[in-house]
Amino acid sequence: MTAPFQSSVIQPGAIQPVIVGAGPAGVRAAERLVAAGLRPLMIDEAARGGGQIYRQPPDGGFTRSKAALYGFEAAKADALHRTLDGLRDRVDHRPRTLVWNCEESALDLLCDGRTETVPFTHLILATGATDRVLPFPGWTLPGVFTLGGSQVALKFQGCTVGKRVAFLGTGPLLYLVAYQYLKAGVEVAGVFDTTPLPVQARALSGMLRDPVTLAKGLWYVGWLRAHGVPIHNGARPVRVEGDGRVSALVWRDAGQAGGREMRVDCDAVAYGLGLRSETQLADLAGCRFRFDAMDRAWLPERDAAGRSSVAGVYVAGDGGGVAGADAAELAGERAALALLEDAGLPFDAGRATALDRRLSRVAAFRRALSAAFPFPADWADSIADDTMICRCEGVAAGTLRAVAVNSQAREINRAKALTRLGMGRCQGRMCAAAATELLARALGTGPDGVGRLRAQPPIKPLPVSATPRFEAAAS
Amino acid sequence: MALLQRVAEQGRRVVRFTLDGRPAEALEGDTILTAMLTNGDQLRRSEFADSPRAGFCLMGACQDCWVRTEEGERLRACGTFIAEGLRLVSASEWAAEAASGESAS
Repeated sequence: MTAPFQSSVIQPGAIQPVIVGAGPAGVRAAERLVAAGLRPLMIDEAARGGGQIYRQPPDGGFTRSKAALYGFEAAKADALHRTLDGLRDRVDHRPRTLVWNCEESALDLLCDGRTETVPFTHLILATGATDRVLPFPGWTLPGVFTLGGSQVALKFQGCTVGKRVAFLGTGPLLYLVAYQYLKAGVEVAGVFDTTPLPVQARALSGMLRDPVTLAKGLWYVGWLRAHGVPIHNGARPVRVEGDGRVSALVWRDAGQAGGREMRVDCDAVAYGLGLRSETQLADLAGCRFRFDAMDRAWLPERDAAGRSSVAGVYVAGDGGGVAGADAAELAGERAALALLEDAGLPFDAGRATALDRRLSRVAAFRRALSAAFPFPADWADSIADDTMICRCEGVAAGTLRAVAVNSQAREINRAKALTRLGMGRCQGRMCAAAATELLARALGTGPDGVGRLRAQPPIKPLPVSATPRFEAAAS
Repeated sequence: MALLQRVAEQGRRVVRFTLDGRPAEALEGDTILTAMLTNGDQLRRSEFADSPRAGFCLMGACQDCWVRTEEGERLRACGTFIAEGLRLVSASEWAAEAASGESAS
């Protein structure tokens, strides 16, 4: 019986770099490796490169200009797309392909229902980030989408998630997507920012380190206000109401004594509290993690150049800590230079130093961003026992608290085993932040005190017919 | 009633499919999620809470949008494009069987 999936062999001494992700970090890494004469394999789940921020519309009939799609970021998006197009013959770009496992210097892929194992000598993980959310009653109702998802609907499909949309949470995306929706012609029921105004005002001085980003942010806020959109700072979500779909958002204002409960009619809620890194592959690659107090999450350890704790494995861009697209482009190129150096190939040391200098400023920018849009650290206290935390498996906050209080689970993987929280299709992507906060609060410790939800292959669902064992049996 | 609203890019070719046994129209380049939610207000029902779901992240992370075809195939709606003649199901699994039974008669 022949093996149903190819496992190509790398010649001794040869270098086979693999890049996961074709966003800002992945594309800049590929460009630098190609310039050094290598032919990287670049694997991406999307049909076209660009990542989430510079996501390109599908082929066939889409006509909006890049200015319409990407606004102030159009030039950067266009530059990245052009770089990718220019690399076409020199990069083995594998779109629509999921990397579902990483072990022993090889990746397991899935494309068009078929699995394949590809070996690597060097691996650059540029896996990006998705919205961070904290559950509250009604968050699974049809019509509640993440901020990033709401933007994807508009950018990638020419659709809005509703006719009258409430924007809830915090972070730069909150104002950007509200602005884009208003420009698209739908009603914005309001912007409900969980960050109190005094906190944001204090953080302004930090944002002055990056005046362009600050100016864009102020522009969006000003534009929304000029068009009569109410902006509420210090708002707290209470619940989303609706019979089978969203009909209203109930929230609490920033007033005295816990504030007043308010209600706003809407048919959709776009929600997010900043971003969270996609770290599953770094975990499966064996990278050491550390708790990052700023991201309030476990992140793969990396040096300034992007080297992880595993030789030959690099982490670049938001997948190693959220810093945005500009930083991701720098980090992708820097990781590629580190790879070249580690492989004993010629590399531009001057360029590496210049990138190091620019990346060192990113840390200050990250601090400023997290000060302006802080994580609502008191969330765990506000959540009733019957609130569903794990949307895959329907696990409620009280279930998690009970296993913590009964001392059966002082660590999140134990809580997972006992409750099934984090065991569903998303593997904890949507609930791990919340579960960590709840468990930590119940145990009287910090979010760094309950361990880290570990990744399991496949990191996303595979059809049974695509598993290697099944294919082998069928052939 | 539709959950998603089309606000741009409406000059694309029409693609015909069925949703819960009824004929429906989408546009070329629509994801299955877009196709279903411009024709209705849910993608599926949660196996655990029996509540309707309509996706969440739209970028392949949350896995909330896995839908079924009448043939029983599972597709992630936010990352799979609509195709002519797809027979999609947004109601429960039992309704799927009922719909395929109806369509066969």
